[in-house]
Amino acid sequence: MERKKITIDGNEAAAHVAYRVSEVIAIYPITPSSTMGELSDAWSAKKLKNIWGTVPSVTEMQSEGGAAGALHGALQTGALTTTFTASQGLFLMIPNMYKIAGELTPAVFHVSARSIAAAALSIFGDHSDVMATRQTGFGMIASNSVQEAMDTAAIVHKATLESRIPFVHFFDGFRTSAEVMKMEELTDDDIRAMIDDEKVKEFKDRALSPEHPFIRGTAQNPDVYFQGREAVNKFYDACPDIVQKAMDKFAQITGRQYHLFDYYGAPDAKRVVILMGSGAEAAEETVEYLAQKMEEKVGIIKVRLYRPFSAKHLLEAFPKSVERITVLDRTKEPGSLGEPLYLDVVTAISEAMSSNNPPFSKMPKIVGGRYGLSSKEFTPAMVKAVFDNMKNSEPKNHFTVGINDDVTFTSLDYDVNFMTEGPEVVRCLFYGLGADGTVGANKNSIKIIGEETENYAQGYFVYDSKKSGSTTVSHLRFGKRPIRSTYLIQTAKFVGCHTFGLLEKFDVLGNIEEGGTFLLNSPYGTNETWNQMPIRVQQQIIDKKLNFYVIDGYAVANKTGMGSRVNTIMQTCFFAISGILPKDEAIEQIKKSIKKTYGAKGEEIVKKNYEAVDQTLAHLFKIEVPAKVTSSIEIPAIVSSKAPEFVRATLSKMLEGKGDDVKVSEMPTDGTFPSATTKWEKRNIALEVPAWDSEWCIQCGKCAMVCPHAAIRIKVYDKKFIDTKPATFKWMEAKGKEFPEGYAYTIQTAVEDCTGCEMCVEVCPAKNKKETKFKALNMVPQIPIREQERNNFEYFLELPELDRRLINTAVIKAQQLQEPLFEFSGACSGCGETPYVKLVSQLFGDRSVIANATGCSSIYGGNLPTTPWAINKEGRGPAWSNSLFEDNAEFGMGMRLSIDKQNEFAKELLTDLSQEIGKELVDSILNAVQKDETGIYEQRERVDELKKNLGNIKSKDAAKLLEVADYLVKKSVWIIGGDGWAYDIGYGGLDHVIASGKNVNILVLDTEVYSNTGGQMSKSTSYGAVAKFAAAGKTTAKKDLAMMAMTYGNVYVAKVAMGANDAQTLRAFLEAEAYDGPSIIIAYSHCIAHGINMAKGMESQKLAVDSGHWPLFRYNPLNVLDGKNPLKLDSKAPKIKLEEYIYNETRYKMLTKSHPQEAKHLLELGQAEVLKKWEFYEQMAEMKVSNDGEKEDN
Amino acid sequence: MDLSTTYMGLKLKNPLVPSASPLSQSVDTVKAMEDAGAAAVVVYSLFEEQITHESGELDHYLSYHLDSNAEAASYFPEQEIFHLTPYEYLDHIADLKKAVDIPIIGSLNGVSAGGWIKYAQNIEQAGADAIELNVYYIPTNQLTSGSEIETIYVDVLKEVKKNVKIPVAIKLSPFFSSMSNMAQKLDHAGADALVLFNRFYQPDFDLDKLDVVPNLVLSTNWEMRLPLRWVAILHGNIKANLALTSGVHNHTDVIKSMMAGADVAMICSELLTNGVGRITNILTKMNNWMEEKEYASVSLMKGSMSQKSIAEPAAFERANYMKMLQSYKTLI
Repeated sequence: MERKKITIDGNEAAAHVAYRVSEVIAIYPITPSSTMGELSDAWSAKKLKNIWGTVPSVTEMQSEGGAAGALHGALQTGALTTTFTASQGLFLMIPNMYKIAGELTPAVFHVSARSIAAAALSIFGDHSDVMATRQTGFGMIASNSVQEAMDTAAIVHKATLESRIPFVHFFDGFRTSAEVMKMEELTDDDIRAMIDDEKVKEFKDRALSPEHPFIRGTAQNPDVYFQGREAVNKFYDACPDIVQKAMDKFAQITGRQYHLFDYYGAPDAKRVVILMGSGAEAAEETVEYLAQKMEEKVGIIKVRLYRPFSAKHLLEAFPKSVERITVLDRTKEPGSLGEPLYLDVVTAISEAMSSNNPPFSKMPKIVGGRYGLSSKEFTPAMVKAVFDNMKNSEPKNHFTVGINDDVTFTSLDYDVNFMTEGPEVVRCLFYGLGADGTVGANKNSIKIIGEETENYAQGYFVYDSKKSGSTTVSHLRFGKRPIRSTYLIQTAKFVGCHTFGLLEKFDVLGNIEEGGTFLLNSPYGTNETWNQMPIRVQQQIIDKKLNFYVIDGYAVANKTGMGSRVNTIMQTCFFAISGILPKDEAIEQIKKSIKKTYGAKGEEIVKKNYEAVDQTLAHLFKIEVPAKVTSSIEIPAIVSSKAPEFVRATLSKMLEGKGDDVKVSEMPTDGTFPSATTKWEKRNIALEVPAWDSEWCIQCGKCAMVCPHAAIRIKVYDKKFIDTKPATFKWMEAKGKEFPEGYAYTIQTAVEDCTGCEMCVEVCPAKNKKETKFKALNMVPQIPIREQERNNFEYFLELPELDRRLINTAVIKAQQLQEPLFEFSGACSGCGETPYVKLVSQLFGDRSVIANATGCSSIYGGNLPTTPWAINKEGRGPAWSNSLFEDNAEFGMGMRLSIDKQNEFAKELLTDLSQEIGKELVDSILNAVQKDETGIYEQRERVDELKKNLGNIKSKDAAKLLEVADYLVKKSVWIIGGDGWAYDIGYGGLDHVIASGKNVNILVLDTEVYSNTGGQMSKSTSYGAVAKFAAAGKTTAKKDLAMMAMTYGNVYVAKVAMGANDAQTLRAFLEAEAYDGPSIIIAYSHCIAHGINMAKGMESQKLAVDSGHWPLFRYNPLNVLDGKNPLKLDSKAPKIKLEEYIYNETRYKMLTKSHPQEAKHLLELGQAEVLKKWEFYEQMAEMKVSNDGEKEDN
Repeated sequence: MDLSTTYMGLKLKNPLVPSASPLSQSVDTVKAMEDAGAAAVVVYSLFEEQITHESGELDHYLSYHLDSNAEAASYFPEQEIFHLTPYEYLDHIADLKKAVDIPIIGSLNGVSAGGWIKYAQNIEQAGADAIELNVYYIPTNQLTSGSEIETIYVDVLKEVKKNVKIPVAIKLSPFFSSMSNMAQKLDHAGADALVLFNRFYQPDFDLDKLDVVPNLVLSTNWEMRLPLRWVAILHGNIKANLALTSGVHNHTDVIKSMMAGADVAMICSELLTNGVGRITNILTKMNNWMEEKEYASVSLMKGSMSQKSIAEPAAFERANYMKMLQSYKTLI
């Protein structure tokens, strides 16, 4: 039967089957598996039915632990249930996995396998997560490609029902989960043919039911527990054959035959590699090359069924000729004898060889190695190195491949020039910006090539870790044979560079073949482009004899109303130049895909795209390449020569895209990295930046306060520094009682770090009185002023900071003089979270310890290469760490407990050593009041003196006190995270921590959605907001976390929105920190997931407050002591309708277009909720209280 | 008493027609207008900008961050279909036609001869009985001459007329150098009615923020003097029907409109302020007035005080201006 060929990624392939054989799907978003849950939700919303004709119920839970619990319950009551997860999420499911397996419950978890968070988090692929579940009793089965992800899903769903063993079906995160590949789609009939309804009935018959009751989940004693655990053995013994039979059945249906262990290679191979996952594809490609072109006796075994591990089937898979075996694991178990697959294979062969019927005449030599952690490249060159290692008389064991381990010398050398791909595969690379739509267009191109030609096709996309100005590299392959190259393109026939500026950032032509084709999007036109190119690029074009094409894609985009999105334009150029399809057919197909992509959004956008396609070819030109280099433009240095050694030597390699070259010796051993490194990465991503016009400035400080990237700064300084200032450095008289008299005032932009979000200009209240279109800050093109402003900013940084003791932190105008110790992060342009984070760093950064939940804030706060938490001139700054997503409140509380204990110990020692140190100093330290900058400054002076004294005291206690003396200075503990953490996955911990009474400050950056993983609904999402898992609008109200916290009575609670009332925000931060107990600030954070103009994010915040959706208030338990009501409302009763706020945002507005009736209904509910809540708060704030906190009778 | 009139070939039970306003966004309100006695309803306008920008705006916010980040390929769930404003508008027209028996007049507001014009055809297909074109144009370009602006109006009208079979009215601004000539041009271009005049909402200044801000001021019946004059001047000189709009608040305003020569009087601000129930009140009073003054029908009064019908045609011209000044002097 001819099946439909489709071009999809691994996540979709697995979900395609999982959805169709499930009744209940319980999920929670986590990269890189989120797509599977999102697709299931979307299909369910579209009423797509499973193979039994009913629409599966898809439910998002509060955590993966919750998803596993719900799944367990659903299974127990007889619903076929599945889930999708990865990494830490899978870890949270482990307790339930033991239960589910222990109860012999058929189920499949589909896992896009990902690294685990150890010294660092990584979202990329390896087998560390799934290997942590191999002891749970779950079966484990691996897919190596997108096709296999679909095929194996069908096999394993059948096998679980028949074996009663639950399974983890895993495939490599990103490499398989996100790789777009042409494949054959399984029909519903295929899937139906796989599933035995009798087995489904048996499963349902075993379900809990009051109609035929029994209990499951007893507690057992020493007398029988052991026997009970052994009672399952026969099911595990039978399982491998059941899986093989399922594979055989699948082969009957589709013609694709799989085995528990598949051997590929020479029938008389002497050297065999064993591995599983996507690396096996690259290994197969290499074996084919080595066996056919180099006549080497080599082969590989692809492990499919990993648990239950069938030694019998493994041994049968080996050629009898094998002499040497290498087992490759894509995981690391520090301290073990070897990684799991290695140990299993060694055990299997050793046991067999010591049996009465050994399978080989001689015990093969077996070594193990690690490869590919965190999606590290695994290329044919590395595979060859693994085979070559086995040629040695003493092959290296427990080796690594793909890195340079110059510390413990585990790594194998490999020849980077060894390649197996020939001209039969067309390879294309595209460099683009996230915002220009390059990846989306390439996904469409792959679909066109895959589905409209006979070619096999593969697409893989690499992103940097920035959320603003991100760059992308697309890797496209196509050809007449199936593509097994599960690694990045090493040489390309076609390179497209969709943004001119990337020529300086990447070695764009480093991988192009001689005679290849280079397409450049250039704003300089055909005549000027050549002269604007760096020397390196000109030289490469000449040396490699490239065909060089240029288009001004931005001009075409502008002309056709496409803005900055050059995607369809560059796509049209690609098809026109590459000749994959006849020109007219290509254009027809592009238009077809445009219609498919944009059709739902209206005809106008489709027409614009058509117009762009039609106008493209007239603007595409082939350039006559000059014979000689004419440019004098050098590629700028990656980082300044003034940068610290670690930045210059190590981080700069990562910045250059050469992080793979970093040696083991260059990496910190324990995940510790220096602070303040973003300042060395000059990204220059803003086309326009704010320029200060001092004539109109009123010195309010608002611009600096809202700047998400700390790229706009204020200093007040002695006028003597004006004498040495650069010529273009601007200043004005510092005005107002907040500043020292006679000082100068400067607002300076870090133009190379600014992202051009315009938020500062939007909030600037000072208009140019002569021309009201201008303000005291105005956007100007960056390039013409880059050099001068670089110098000005350097001079600005050299100016002394104003003594913190002189700054009135209660007034924004003055407070904004505090140095930001969170700067130039990779957050989105116009981010609504980072202004709050930066405010913490300014107010308390020099004494704060920060626990940061996983999410956006941990990524822009801690994702390499460079990180934004900074250090002041005294060497102090925020000490930051990320533990997990779910445990952040507890993590921060641990920090508090630790600091308090050490403070207590220091005080005890201080008291004990009072005589030696001097009573006066000891008393002054013990009785110090550290409520403000002066108090802290003075305590630091005392502690410095103490340390000097301690140096002269020779006792163990003195030495001990020296260790902990710094804890005598107040430390401010901040617990920061998003609403996904605070409202959902971390709520239990957060609740416990605020109930503890401990002095911690919790900052909830509330975007009302899971921002980092792509906009999934959280319990903070409001009525009527569209989010993933709430495609038809959220039908329940936003959880009132503030109200819940207030019920404790002893928790400081504030709800703030900087854009609505910045002074209230500032007050709340100061009060929260000053409060000697738990405090929680819930901060409205506008976000790209709201679908707004980010420049006007602060305006959105104001609308949220004005509508009553986000009432501002502070609940200060201390007020009760004065007989006052602890709750103070800081905003007025709703003064605009809810719709005036929400329909300013796409997340709400789109519902009026997609589900108009629901939108209307949910708006009514939302409006009623707002009014009800306001009334409640108002009543609460008006209650009279006595100073014991009780409501007074009157 | 016969209050009936004919407007663009539509037989109307009386000459009072609610003009385009947010009131017609609700089917229930339109039903209430019909119950109150409205003869027809001009539905709120479908704007050219909505047609051309909404799709792009939606795409921008849904697509801008697509495929930019390894963790989040998108930020919104895929939707099968979006009911964009133009389609909603057409559905609304169809719903109104189902809900009421009075004629429904669709309204298109735009200025260029672009793709939005095809929506006139869609409005016809949705069941509208007529279309009112609202060419709301502020000519700020110094290089654009008056005749070029006139051409824009004529071209838009011709384009729409070419594409629909239902009658088409065109709503005009009063700022033409030669209104009579312009009226004639539109008449020749096939206008079934001229709607006089559009009220241009004039922006205001916010002195605190130094911003220009929109400022909606509802009409007063003082404002009907201008259209009253021009209806009176044009009546009988062109084939197209005339609708008087701006400043119609009570029954005397409607009566004056008829006497000037209008075929219908359009009402809006009064209904926004005092509710659609005012329609009944106005019609009752009009009926009473006609009884009292012994006017058997609206047709009897129609055009009775137009320039052609009055004793002193100059009253609508410069002579009237001089008379005004003189009376002012007398008052001093």
